[in-house]
Amino acid sequence: MPPNAKESPLASCHHELGARMIPFAGWNLPVEYSGLLSEHRTTRQAAGLFDISHMGQVRAKGKGSLGALEHLLANDPAKLKDGEGHYTFLLNPHGGVIDDLFLYRLQADDFLLVVNASRHAEDLEVLSKQKADVSFSGAPGSTAGMALQGPRSNSILSQVIKSESKNPPPPARNHISKYTVAGHEVLIGATGYTGEEGYELFMDREAGPKIWNHILNLGKADGLIPCGLGSRDSLRLEAGFPLNGQDLSPEITPIEAGLGFFVDVGRPRPFTGRSTVEAQKKSGPPRICIGLRGQPGQPPPRHDYPVFLDQKQIGKITSGVPSPTLGHGIALALVATPAPSCGQDLEFEVRGRRIPAKVTPRRFLPKK
Amino acid sequence: MNTPNDLLYAKSHEWLRIEKDSGTVGITDHAQSALSDVVFVELPKSGRVVKQGEVIATVESVKAASDIYAPVGGTILESNETLSSDPGLINRDPYGQGWLFRLKTDSPKPTGLLSSADYATTLPH
Repeated sequence: MPPNAKESPLASCHHELGARMIPFAGWNLPVEYSGLLSEHRTTRQAAGLFDISHMGQVRAKGKGSLGALEHLLANDPAKLKDGEGHYTFLLNPHGGVIDDLFLYRLQADDFLLVVNASRHAEDLEVLSKQKADVSFSGAPGSTAGMALQGPRSNSILSQVIKSESKNPPPPARNHISKYTVAGHEVLIGATGYTGEEGYELFMDREAGPKIWNHILNLGKADGLIPCGLGSRDSLRLEAGFPLNGQDLSPEITPIEAGLGFFVDVGRPRPFTGRSTVEAQKKSGPPRICIGLRGQPGQPPPRHDYPVFLDQKQIGKITSGVPSPTLGHGIALALVATPAPSCGQDLEFEVRGRRIPAKVTPRRFLPKK
Repeated sequence: MNTPNDLLYAKSHEWLRIEKDSGTVGITDHAQSALSDVVFVELPKSGRVVKQGEVIATVESVKAASDIYAPVGGTILESNETLSSDPGLINRDPYGQGWLFRLKTDSPKPTGLLSSADYATTLPH
């Protein structure tokens, strides 16, 4: 482990469960417990519990909080009602992605931003430059978080929250509510990074281990198991979700990443990076993210492999994995426009060899 | 971690079983455990001549592709074709049915390899 790696508040739980730990974004985190493939399949078929304590939980409070967020974020925070959340971006002045994040409006003048560990410090620096009447809090390591994901997650969460009569029912998709779990206050939002039904739970650092063990115990009957970063990555890619640092970066705009749906240029007020993303939305970006599928029995596509159309390199793979669900390679690739359309054949290069692939929709999983 | 006594080991986590002038190569128990579930292998064609330390195969898990280095120079005799349909054999039986390839070795006494005991000391406890 590198020196100064941050320990998750759930470190003792991971140790007891025999997790294999790896360094990730400055943290020491579990990559797998029972094995990546079984964790992946269990999350698709039953439920998985993931430690997401490394993800930053930034609170924006104050009369000026909405105004500050409107100025900074690409999706319009003014659209959110109390208890609602949406996916959004913090952009640099060139329209590139500093961070992709989930923004919840807890109530008027009180927002929760769930940000990437690798960008947490930079986000806080950018946010804190706001002069409006707003304060941002939530230093790295001050909170615990976990994601409960999978088709059984609603059943498990219902049991977790029913012990307290005052608790509201589980939140609806993209909504967040306050609950009491095992004597601790917990914010629970209905979202996730796996393509399955699921929830993310946010709490104080100290409350983490007790709640983690409580959920694992209650979820056993529904097949719940702890899952690591390994399956988190293969699950998110099957769902077509981007990973910051690979599919998103300060050099890639959300329009290029194919995520223009989450960039609102219909509102009158300016926001950082607006001119670039607005122009790209109107006249098209110079590059675009496409989905690729390989073939069973062929080497899987990986990050950074070059992509070829008619012998000409048109871009690179940004994320690739042998899909455990589909049994063939899948990838996101950033390619020059005009991009080949769905169904078209192209190739990627592995160890000097060209491997055939097909352009596909970026959500690789079949619709349920 | 299991490190059988009758094998030689490379620091890069391949094992070599010498039988007269040929050798069988695989990856160690430690290597298969670190890789986790193997889902794809790319193995050398027979007749290929390889130098010691050269990249000769690739083993891929869901997470990553890992290069396999020839622990000894020689000429490839055969690769383990069963692995293309069942790459998980590498995880289940790394020193047996999960072997990768056999080669006719250049030297009956390869140098630069470790004994079981010495290899074991290179592993995290």
